[in-house]
Amino acid sequence: MLLALMEGLVSAAVLALTAVGLSLTFGVMRVVNVAHGEFFMLGAVLAWFVTQAFPGAPALGFALALVVCPLCVAAIAVLADLLVLKRLAYEPAPTIVATIGLLYVLQQAALSLFGPDARPVAPPFDFRVQLPWFGYSGYKLCVILAALALLGLVWALLSRTRIGLVMRATRIDREMARAFAINVDLVYAGVFGLGAGLAAVAAVLIVPIRQAHYLMGADPLLLSFIVVIIGGLGSLRGTLAAALLIGLMDGLLSTALFLPPTVARIAATLLVALVLVFRPQGLLGKAAA
Amino acid sequence: MAALTLLEARGLVCHFGGLRAVDGVDIDLAPDEVHALIGPNGAGKSTLVGLLAGRIAAQAGSIRLGGRDITRLPAHRRVRQGIAYTFQITQIFARLSVFDNMALAVQGGAARPGGRPALKREVAGALDRVGLADRAGEVAGTLSYGHQRLLEIALGLALRPRLLILDEPTQGLAAAEIAAFKRLVAGLPPRTAVLLIEHNMEVVMELAQRITVLNFGQVLASGPPAAIRADAAVQAAYLGG
Amino acid sequence: MRGGGLLPVAGLLGVLAAGQWLLPAYHHANLVRIMVLALYATGYNIAFGYTGLLSLGHALFFAAGLYGASFAATLAGLPPGAALAAGTAAGGLAAAAVGVLALRTAGVAFMIVTLMFAQAGWLAILALGPWTRGDEGIVLPDAARALAGFDLSDDAVRYPLALALFAAGLLACLWLVRSRAGRVMVAMRENEERARMLGYDPFRVKLAALAISGTYAGAAGAAYALMFGYAGASLASVQYSILPLLWVLVGGAGTVAGPFVGCLLMFYLIDYASSLTSATLLLVGLALLVLVLFAPRGILGTLREKGVRWLP
Ligand SMILES: Nc1ncnc2c1ncn2[C@@H]1O[C@H](COP(=O)(O)OP(=O)(O)O)[C@@H](O)[C@H]1O
Ligand SMILES: [Mg+2]
Repeated sequence: MLLALMEGLVSAAVLALTAVGLSLTFGVMRVVNVAHGEFFMLGAVLAWFVTQAFPGAPALGFALALVVCPLCVAAIAVLADLLVLKRLAYEPAPTIVATIGLLYVLQQAALSLFGPDARPVAPPFDFRVQLPWFGYSGYKLCVILAALALLGLVWALLSRTRIGLVMRATRIDREMARAFAINVDLVYAGVFGLGAGLAAVAAVLIVPIRQAHYLMGADPLLLSFIVVIIGGLGSLRGTLAAALLIGLMDGLLSTALFLPPTVARIAATLLVALVLVFRPQGLLGKAAA
Repeated sequence: MAALTLLEARGLVCHFGGLRAVDGVDIDLAPDEVHALIGPNGAGKSTLVGLLAGRIAAQAGSIRLGGRDITRLPAHRRVRQGIAYTFQITQIFARLSVFDNMALAVQGGAARPGGRPALKREVAGALDRVGLADRAGEVAGTLSYGHQRLLEIALGLALRPRLLILDEPTQGLAAAEIAAFKRLVAGLPPRTAVLLIEHNMEVVMELAQRITVLNFGQVLASGPPAAIRADAAVQAAYLGG
Repeated sequence: MRGGGLLPVAGLLGVLAAGQWLLPAYHHANLVRIMVLALYATGYNIAFGYTGLLSLGHALFFAAGLYGASFAATLAGLPPGAALAAGTAAGGLAAAAVGVLALRTAGVAFMIVTLMFAQAGWLAILALGPWTRGDEGIVLPDAARALAGFDLSDDAVRYPLALALFAAGLLACLWLVRSRAGRVMVAMRENEERARMLGYDPFRVKLAALAISGTYAGAAGAAYALMFGYAGASLASVQYSILPLLWVLVGGAGTVAGPFVGCLLMFYLIDYASSLTSATLLLVGLALLVLVLFAPRGILGTLREKGVRWLP
């Protein structure tokens, strides 16, 4: 039970990071980014390449990956934004097609360069923390802490800096922001890059626990989508709460109610649907958002 | 004043949080009158007609139309019972043609013509009444602002309602357009009663047989224009003394 | 809504009919699949393109047809005609059931709710392994695919059948969107509040559109199971909800023939790309990016915007 709780917390932490990335693009740009999961995958795959380059020093390689991978992924995202999305004026329907195209391109690139196999990345350190009840992987605890720290940074960026103010202004009214001499194109490119970078960071954090694979983007995409909507658009706290809920739900439903795991997943899925049916604005979203 | 009442609302209440937008309003409409609803901005006029049309659910009170209780009826059912509503902020199908806009009103409305030729005739007639007959083929969103307002009113009229609710219809119209609007509305009774929210007092005094003044969500006064003009409370609150 | 459209649609169907005799075997076989999937996409377009309902749960309705027909044929031993009817009905019913709940929401919440119901259905199919055999799927015995002495696995038989189904679906769609009901559907897409204040019940209109759309998906799923003799869980996965959306967007949302065009194009794009390189998806993805830059409203939608008014 407690173990399931801890595993759920790790999933939730990583999911929250990924979802906040999606929430930014979705909230600020109103773009349904189908390729978000591929940015996540790319982060993990790149992390494998970077750590491979330092066979003797996993900690160094990993630290480098933590910095380099998100930057690379963000750069790719900015490029995609400037070359394609911007020219579509971020209209919903063409943007969906474009990001599906991007998804195909990134997936194929990973398959061709990385191969079809799942590959492990060594954790930067390996020690067990002796909790009062049981021993637990120290790395997993660090993942939770790191994710929390990063979320804190994002929160500070959004609510305490000029950049955050500019982003919020752009979200509320694109034309008005333009009138106030905000460079909307720059904001959008930056947000798209930041969103992708967050997904990549999340992936780098989780890749020592789960292996890197070219198809690993599907689940994070679906889950973070659900988290963003359930949490309520534009609500960072809501996204966090929803990530906790989703991350823990499978495990808790099966251990607490003694349901078989598959039935638990079905129940969890239906539960998400019903939550939205009766609270369409999300758990913490405001009505008529 | 007509002996019969078309619409009878009692004790209507609608609070937004602590804000008492509509706070215990009674109102009666005769089937053949133009009834003006006036009051300062934020008095609750739009909210009140939203309650009557069913766009907003009343928190208390009752509404009867032709003797039948419609308090719990959803908005689209009230439209079918004969209440037509035009939006304060123009709401038309901007990307559809003027014809399709009107056809949507006509094909579901009281006339309900069978067959395509009958529908076309009915639409042409309805457009003709508001002077948009030659615009049927245009995309509604490309019409001038005045014409869009006219189309909005025409949509309501095409339903052949018993009661037409107009929320600030003359706002932003040119003088000539206002004159045409006055002629149009004056010709509606006795078939159609009109509930008119209007800030232009000239239009109100010319068209309305009765006026209800709203202030802070409550009825300040109600009666014929002459009586309202003479009412001291109204003058203090609204006409500026 | 707009007059016309019948002539080009009839032309398209005529060309497809001639294909029965003129097409080389390879393309003949491909078009069977394309027409079945285009039927699916045509139905998706009724909900998405005309009524404005962006569903991510159509795989559930497709799967309802797929498994409805399969079980009707195998477990209940019904003949293919009845199995097709059963699958079609299952698709419509599934859509109506989902719609009753999901249509309490709109926009992104609607997307997620439909997605979640479809995911639950997909998980259920996986969980019911003893009957559905999960990802591996059921293979329909030949006996279940014999229609009045004809063999449904034979292209010469299933091509005209697929065409008949697709033609019925396409003509019904053309009739629907030109009817008064079609105009009301478009009204929901364009401005729901205005439509409501003209006396139309948004919930009922959208529910009807979704149910019709699900009926198409069910018919396509049932035809798929009977013609290709296979029903597997992968056909119920989220990918099969996104594909019709993609086909519709590529061909042109809110155009009658757009879904077919999109389906045809994507099929041959993948086919052609895989003959050129092993990095198929790279080419497909790039092609999509180029396409969307030049035709943001989809192929037929953009052509129509550019003044080719007769396109259906
Ligand atoms: N949906 C709403 N939520 C909260 N407050 C509202 C809402 N609609 C109107 N109000 C408030 O109710 C009051 C009455 O508004 P309204 O009926 O539009 O006034 P009027 O039409 O007389 O100008 C105003 O203070 C307005 O801000
Ligand atoms: Mg008002």
